[in-house]
Formats: sequence, C-alpha cells, structure tokens
Amino acid sequence: MLAIQNLSIRFTHYTFGLKKKEVCVVRGLDLSIAPGQVMAVIGQSGAGKSLLAHALLGILPRNARIEGKVSFKGQRLTPERLATLRGSQIALIPQSVTSLNPLLRVGVQVARAARLSGISQKDVPTTVHRAFARYLLQKEVETWFPFQLSGGMARRVLTATATVGMADLILADEPTSGLDPITAGEALGHLRELANTGKAVLLITHDIETALQVADMVTVFCAGTTVEVARAEDFKGLGHLRHPYTRALWAALPTNSFIGTMKPIERTSDTGGCPFRLCCNDQDAVCGQSAPELKRTGEGWVRCHHA
Amino acid sequence: MMTNFLVLDRRTRTMMVILGCLVLFSGIFLGAWLYGEQGQVTNLPLRKLPPGWDRPFGTDWLGRDMFARTLKGLRISLEIGLAAATCSAGIALAFGLAAATMGRIVDVVVTWLCDVGMATPHLVLLILISFACGGGAKGVIIAVAASHWPALTRVIRAEVMQLRTSDYIKLSRRLGRSSTWIARHHLLPHVAPQFLVGLLLLFPHAILHAAGLTFLGFGMSPHTPEIGTLLAESMRHLSTGMWWLALAPGLALIISVMAFDVLGNNVRALLDPKTLRE
Amino acid sequence: MLEATSLAYRYGKQRSWLFNDLNLRITPGEIVGMSGPSGRGKSTLAKLLAGYLTPSRGSVMVDGRPLPGSGHCPVQLLFQHPELAVNPRWKARDILAEAGPPDAALLRDLGIEPAWLARYPHELSGGELQRICLARALTSRTRYLLCDEMTSMLDPLTQASIWRTVLDISRSRELGLVVISHDQALLGKLCHRSVCYFQNDHLSSACLLAT
Repeated sequence: MLAIQNLSIRFTHYTFGLKKKEVCVVRGLDLSIAPGQVMAVIGQSGAGKSLLAHALLGILPRNARIEGKVSFKGQRLTPERLATLRGSQIALIPQSVTSLNPLLRVGVQVARAARLSGISQKDVPTTVHRAFARYLLQKEVETWFPFQLSGGMARRVLTATATVGMADLILADEPTSGLDPITAGEALGHLRELANTGKAVLLITHDIETALQVADMVTVFCAGTTVEVARAEDFKGLGHLRHPYTRALWAALPTNSFIGTMKPIERTSDTGGCPFRLCCNDQDAVCGQSAPELKRTGEGWVRCHHA
Repeated sequence: MMTNFLVLDRRTRTMMVILGCLVLFSGIFLGAWLYGEQGQVTNLPLRKLPPGWDRPFGTDWLGRDMFARTLKGLRISLEIGLAAATCSAGIALAFGLAAATMGRIVDVVVTWLCDVGMATPHLVLLILISFACGGGAKGVIIAVAASHWPALTRVIRAEVMQLRTSDYIKLSRRLGRSSTWIARHHLLPHVAPQFLVGLLLLFPHAILHAAGLTFLGFGMSPHTPEIGTLLAESMRHLSTGMWWLALAPGLALIISVMAFDVLGNNVRALLDPKTLRE
Repeated sequence: MLEATSLAYRYGKQRSWLFNDLNLRITPGEIVGMSGPSGRGKSTLAKLLAGYLTPSRGSVMVDGRPLPGSGHCPVQLLFQHPELAVNPRWKARDILAEAGPPDAALLRDLGIEPAWLARYPHELSGGELQRICLARALTSRTRYLLCDEMTSMLDPLTQASIWRTVLDISRSRELGLVVISHDQALLGKLCHRSVCYFQNDHLSSACLLAT
C-alpha cells in the first residue's frame, strides 16, 4: 500500500541575524506497509517520527524540504496527487484533542471530516451515527463540545474523524500518549480492528510495549534513519533482534532488565560512519569508515555492518 | 541588494521594509528641519499656482510653498502623534500589568474602565477632553493619550494573565523566587515584544486623530501649519479649483500613517516566535 | 517526613470533590508509587503536596511545619512535559541558574553535557530537557521529589538511564520519592516500598499496600 524509499527531511532555520542553517532531521528512511498490516514506527519522542506523518500528508512547514521516493498504491505520491488523497484515502488520527476546533460540536466536526473524504451530503448523517456507534459513543456525545470529552472519549472521537471516510491508509500519531492502560488498550484495539478490515495502519509511538500489542511489523527509527525492521514476534526475547540499538532498547524496558546498556542517541551526527559507533559495544574499524546500508536479513531489515 | 525583492527570504524582506520605513520617517524629520521654514515665506506674485517642476506641491493663496508647509506640518503631526501614543502605551502597560497581577478588585475596575473607554464614541470623547484642557498641543496630546489605551491594556492584561498560569512561573515561585524577580525576569521579557508592536500600531491612530482634532478646530491653533490646519484651510479653496491644497497634505498624511502601519506589522512578523525560525 | 492529613480538594464550589479525607505519609528515603485511572486526581494530589494548590480541607506538612508560602520549597515537582516547565526564551544555563548556582557533580551524574547549556529549549530533545529540569529540582534544599509521569514521553533507553541516576541520587541524599505512572512494570522496578491505588470515582481513602 505504502512504500517509502530513502526519505529525508531537512529544515532551514535562522541561527542569528540573517544567517541560515540547514538541519537534516530525517535521513534515509525506508518503510513499506501492506494492506491489513499494522506497522509500528518506534523512536525517541521528538522530531523525527511525527514529521514522518506530516510529510506523508504534505503538511510540513514552509522551511522543510523533502527528498526521496514515496509511493501509494503503486504510484508515485506527488504533491498534487497528495492534495487529492489527503483526508479521503490517507487519514490522520491526531495526537490530542487540541486538534479539534474547540468551538464546534464534535458531531459537526466528524460530519465535516466525512464530507471532506468524499461522502455525499445525504449519506453524511447516517455515516456519522454509524461511526459514533462503532466506537460505543452515545448519541448525545455528538452534541458535545471537545472540552466535555474525557480522555478515552476524546481518543475515540479522534479515531472516528479519521475512519468515518473510506481511507485506506491510517496514520496514528502517538495514539496512546497520556492514557491509562485500559483506555490505551481500547485505542489500540480500534487500530487492530481497522487493519483487520483490510486497511493499512501506520502507528507512530515511542512506547514499545503498547505498540507490540497490536503491531505486525516494527520499524525502529533512531538518529534520523531506519535502524531495523522486524516482525513483532521477534521482540519476544533478545535472540531475534539484530541491531545493537534495538537490543539495548529492549533490554532497557522495565519489564526486562531496566538497564540502559547504550547511551541514548539524542541527535543525528553528520560525520561519516555509523552514528552508533560511539556507544556500541561491538564496534570496530569498519564502523567508523562508512555508514551501513539497510540489508535484508531473514524476515526483516537491519542497518548494521555486523548483523 | 539589487536582486529581485520577492526572491529574498522572508526575514531579509521584513528587515528591508522596516529599514525603508525608518528611512522615510528620518527623511520627513530631516526635510522639515532643513526646508520647513520656507513655508513661512509669502511670495504674492507666485500665489495660487498649481504644482509644477520647481513647486512640487504648488503654492497657496499667499504664495507660500505647499511642499515646505506640508513637510513642516507632517513633522508637527508626527511629533504630536508620537508623544500622545507613547503616553497612551505607558498608561496601557501600567493598567494591564496592574489588572493582571494586583488582585480581583483592581482587575474589575480596570476592565470596567476599558469597557467605558471602548464604548464611548471616540471623536466625541476626544473633542471633550481637548476642549476641557484648553486646546493647543497640550490639549491634543492629553486627549489622544487618554482615549487610546483600552485596546492595548486588554492585550497586555490577557498576555500576563495567561503567563501567570504557566507551569514554569509557578515552579519559579516554588524555587524561592519573589514576585518582583518573576515579573522582571519572566513576565516583562515576554510582554515586551507585544508591547512594542502595540505601541507602533498606536501611532497611526494617534496621528490621524490629532490631525482630525485640529481639522475640526479643537486642536492646535491655526497659526501652526499642522496637517489638520492645512486641510481645514484648503476646504475653502476647493470650489475655486485649487485641488492641490488638499491633495498634497492629505496624501502625505495617509502615506506616513500607512508607513507606520506597515512598520508595526513587519516588526510583529519579525518578533513572532512562529515566523522567527522560518 | 512529608505528611498529608485529611486532604480534600475540588476545583470550585460547584464541582464535585476529587478526593476527601486523604492521608499520606512519606518518610525520607522511601519510594512511593502512585497509579490509577487518568483524570482521577493523581496530578492534582501531586500539586497539592508540592504547594502549587492549596487544599480545600486538610493540610500538608513537611517535618511538622506547613509548606512555605515563599522561599525554596523542600518538595519539588517534575512534570510530564518538560517543555512546558521551562521558559522558552531562556537558555538552558539560565534555567539551571534559577534554582541557584548549579552543582557540577550533579550535572555530570545526570549526563548533562556542557554543549547543551547554551541551547534554547526548542533545540533540546525531551530527554535532555527533562534532565535539566531534574538538575534544577535537585538542589541541596530539596528533600522530597514528586515525579508526575516524568518519563512517560521518553523512549526506554532514556527512561532507564534517567531513573538509574535518580535512584542513586535519592539514595545518597535520603530523599523521599513519589513516582506517579501508569506503567506497573516501572513502578515494580522502582518502588519496592508501598504503592497507592486510586479506586472509585471519588476517592475516599488511599490504600497503602506493601508489596
């Protein structure tokens, strides 16, 4: 459904006075999602991952530059094609309830989302009722304003805005942040249900454990690039994980040993060679010479000289 | 510098526009200082002449050069407007800070005063105050200063109130910092850009109202060639076909007022954190 | 000892009580965990304990004295979103200096690099900012630290690293720690003393279970 090759996102911003500096936030991102699959993108909280969602929708700020190849349903995704698909075939589940207009009732906003995704005017009311019922929201919730919604309800309304249409690719940006385990599980259940109906779901989060509950494949994203792509089953123990960063991430979870064996990489380094060589325990001469390419190993992909 | 203006990036464009406006204002003040006194010289053989090569704005019924008179008038108008706007902004800052920080009663009183100020017809209030203060430059400045502060007060009050609920302000308190320290190091730097922009955007209002008051006869005395005076005098002569007597001062006033507006908006664009980093 | 007695709070006279008659006691060196459904009042309780809000009823005492109205409070609170807890126009070194002259050994223990100090908050990542907030909160006068979902927005590596350091520091300084989190596994690893659960819609009493 979606195939991304070598995506990079650069920002230019002012340093002082009139001087400008270019910062490369994402470099060499590779990703592909098939229909019916939930692909989780895991990485540090901050710039890179949310930018991916914005880049896929074409809503990056003006000072951003994108390079790389993105294909949707087999065809190149140009800005013009994106403008027609946005909202109708590619939908975003926003992160927080502040994405909703605080002055409009939520029913009206979901109806507008339905209208924008191409549903005809006369079908909109029934579609909206159906969307609300699907997420177990009472009829009167349609007349509420966003500030009246509790955390869990807000999450369900946001999901409804994205799924009320007939979008085939759903982007979920941090769907479980700030939620307690029960509500988070519910939100993830909705995503799994969407995937089971044949849609492709891109789940962007920093929380590995919640992602693993519903994901089929996991892309580990660090230092601005794809580090490993693995199946969710590979995360059962350290054995099947290939990249040192992924193994360190897994070991650092509280359910596992809760020890950080690797220093967290805070930002991309522009020097040659692998960005992890300063904190990796298995590094040697070849790691300092060239940045590794993404290689296929078994069911997944790894970017490491030694995998 | 000579490259296509639109090709330059946003921040450079903004700064060039700001520079342009500042050059315009300095030009007005400099021109008035160098050439303004020519406007007092009467030259009866050359009276009632339309604009020509050596008389860019023509001459009036006494033969006085309109260009010089306009320059001097513009300078006086700008001075009065700037003085009044600065006073007004100062009042707005004091009231806004007081309303946001000194408790509920002060807040209620200031808000009520703002509402009264905004509800009263502007021109009527101006005429009343100017008349009560005896007219002249003093009357105009007091009148304009006393009637333009409500809008900026509201902005400052809202900004400071919102700031005070921020987590980091409360945390600053818990770290042991006093109210004065917080006001000086946290609140004031945040409010300063808004205040500056508000001040710049007050100038057009103040200048126009000062000119308007003088036009109606409640401001400066007719002896000073303020723009309002020039416009008032030109009214009598319009029917005899001396269109340049009104057009020149009017156009000059509008252009300088718009320049302030453009300056204010560009400074705001420069200081806005969202566009600051683009 | 940080002690909350008969604490009750609601947001306004027309609203319902968030909790009523709550008692809590934290001794120095103790690590207490708090979990429960969202929106039930955990963050509000943390703000009451740190002095950001005044209780509608009851009192909060530190070592027998009420929380100071001015001056450095011995109970410091760390927020879930560090970018909201700092002045966005200040550089990192000014943020640190707000609590007093920074301790070089503490900065080193927390892994704060000197290069970060000249940056603005929007140029620092979540993990870096949270470490700076920690350094600011861990002054010599702080005796109790309340961590309100401090690491829930951070990735596992940063989370593990930060908690290791916080545990070491609190052990060496005998600080009382309250950890608020949804992550049961995290609470299990950190708090081996007592855990409070918020039950019922309107909490009437907190149960202290020793695990």
